[in-house]
Amino acid sequence: MSFLNYLISGVSLGSIYAIIALGYTMVYGIAKMLNFAHGDVIMIGTYFAYFATTSHSLPPAIAVIAAMLCCTILGVVIEFLAYRPLRGATSLAVLITAIGVSFFLQNFALIRWGSSPKNFPSLVPFDKVSLFGGDLIISGEAITTMLACIFVMIGLSFFIKKNKLGKAMRAVSEDREAAQLMGINVNYTIAMTFAIGSALAGIAGVLLCSMYPTLSPTTGAMPGIKAFTAAVFGGIGSIPGAMLGGILLGMIEIFSRAYISTQLSDAIVFAVLIVVLLVRPTGLLGKKIREKV
Amino acid sequence: MSMLTVNDIHVYYGSIHAIKGVSFEVNEGEIVTLIGANGAGKSTTLKTVSAMMKPKTGTVVFDGKSIVGIKPHSIVSRGMAHCPEGRRIFQQMTVQENLEMGAYTRDKNEIDDSIAHVYELFPRMKERFKQTAGTMSGGEQQMLAMGRAMMSKPKLLMLDEPSMGLAPLLVDEIFRIIVELNRAGTTILLVEQNAHMALSIAHRGYVLETGKITTTADAKVLLEDEAVKKAYLGG
Repeated sequence: MSFLNYLISGVSLGSIYAIIALGYTMVYGIAKMLNFAHGDVIMIGTYFAYFATTSHSLPPAIAVIAAMLCCTILGVVIEFLAYRPLRGATSLAVLITAIGVSFFLQNFALIRWGSSPKNFPSLVPFDKVSLFGGDLIISGEAITTMLACIFVMIGLSFFIKKNKLGKAMRAVSEDREAAQLMGINVNYTIAMTFAIGSALAGIAGVLLCSMYPTLSPTTGAMPGIKAFTAAVFGGIGSIPGAMLGGILLGMIEIFSRAYISTQLSDAIVFAVLIVVLLVRPTGLLGKKIREKV
Repeated sequence: MSMLTVNDIHVYYGSIHAIKGVSFEVNEGEIVTLIGANGAGKSTTLKTVSAMMKPKTGTVVFDGKSIVGIKPHSIVSRGMAHCPEGRRIFQQMTVQENLEMGAYTRDKNEIDDSIAHVYELFPRMKERFKQTAGTMSGGEQQMLAMGRAMMSKPKLLMLDEPSMGLAPLLVDEIFRIIVELNRAGTTILLVEQNAHMALSIAHRGYVLETGKITTTADAKVLLEDEAVKKAYLGG
């Protein structure tokens, strides 16, 4: 039964990566930039959730909403202050700015909240489920995470497909200038993309720290990079790709930790990414770059 | 009555002086065409009118208000639609979604009539409303681009090279529809390399050469003009 246990933890870790990866992939698809500060936005939001529950003893649901709100505002402010002035600048300038924002957020957290890790209390109220006479134990966190992932995926797909703003996002992603000619406010659409991606980051942060309960200023960095990898793995710019990439990445990580080596698991994850990109440069579900007619 | 008045605009791409003092006007109900060779500045002129480019000097007045320096996305709600060169439809969206994007500035419950109207003009779009736009032929994509532009119910429709890359039969159809739209009350500013077709449907024409207007007259007069004939109408 240990295989099934590993599978469950792989899928649930992967679900967190997937939710984070959605933020990367949406921003990349629509604003054509890599928001490397995404992981650190998660960390800040999780600190908010932490203080909401510990210092203010608010109920878990409120703490999650606090994290989402905090991330949403932070994401929109970062976009407005740091990235919007660089619209039309080279992508390298935007990338370096994003790395700068990432350092800024980490150091802000370091000064504000110190370097010693906080012990994050699980915000998941559900109990673990025991199956096959105790051979297979699924934690409440794992169940919640997987459900949240499914819910986010369905909601987001529906939003992108049916909602007016979601359609405008697709239009901006495909042809920013033509979208403008339709009367679409491109800056607003990009800001909303950051808002949604960051709100998801808030959820992901709380789930992550409910499962792995240490919170420090660098908590967001590694999951951020992993989720970015997942987004590239699945095909950056593609929403189902981020989902698939995230879950596969989580499974590869947990399985290599379990069956090969704990130390090498990250190396294996990135090795798989390299192989996939060699075979399919646009990722698993990435769109082929089509010639303009 | 003048709907659009462009007065002495100068437009630069970096240090390149692309438009050197262009003035023209479009009156309500007219079809006005800007003709000229590749690189004469026709598209740049249109982009300046739709606020995608900002003139260094000069004025653009639409419907009595200056539109220099406004946000490009706000021209649509002022009653202008720009159907750009190369169609620029949203290839990965469906035909219907493209049309919905064209009506982005309008209320959701108002657009069904407009979609029905576009399907009336272009029956082929109706058959393909669920098809991904990028999989259609060039002519169909051009029709979609025009239909999409009409979805905002513009007073002024600006068309940039609608005949580009199309078979002669389709060019005829596109121009027939332009005339139809005009008869139904839309004022049209048409940029074309196909000068003969453009002049044959337009009321007035302007000839653009290396960023300046060299000739202007009624379209019928330009069709007979020796210099225009020689340069743009194949003798």
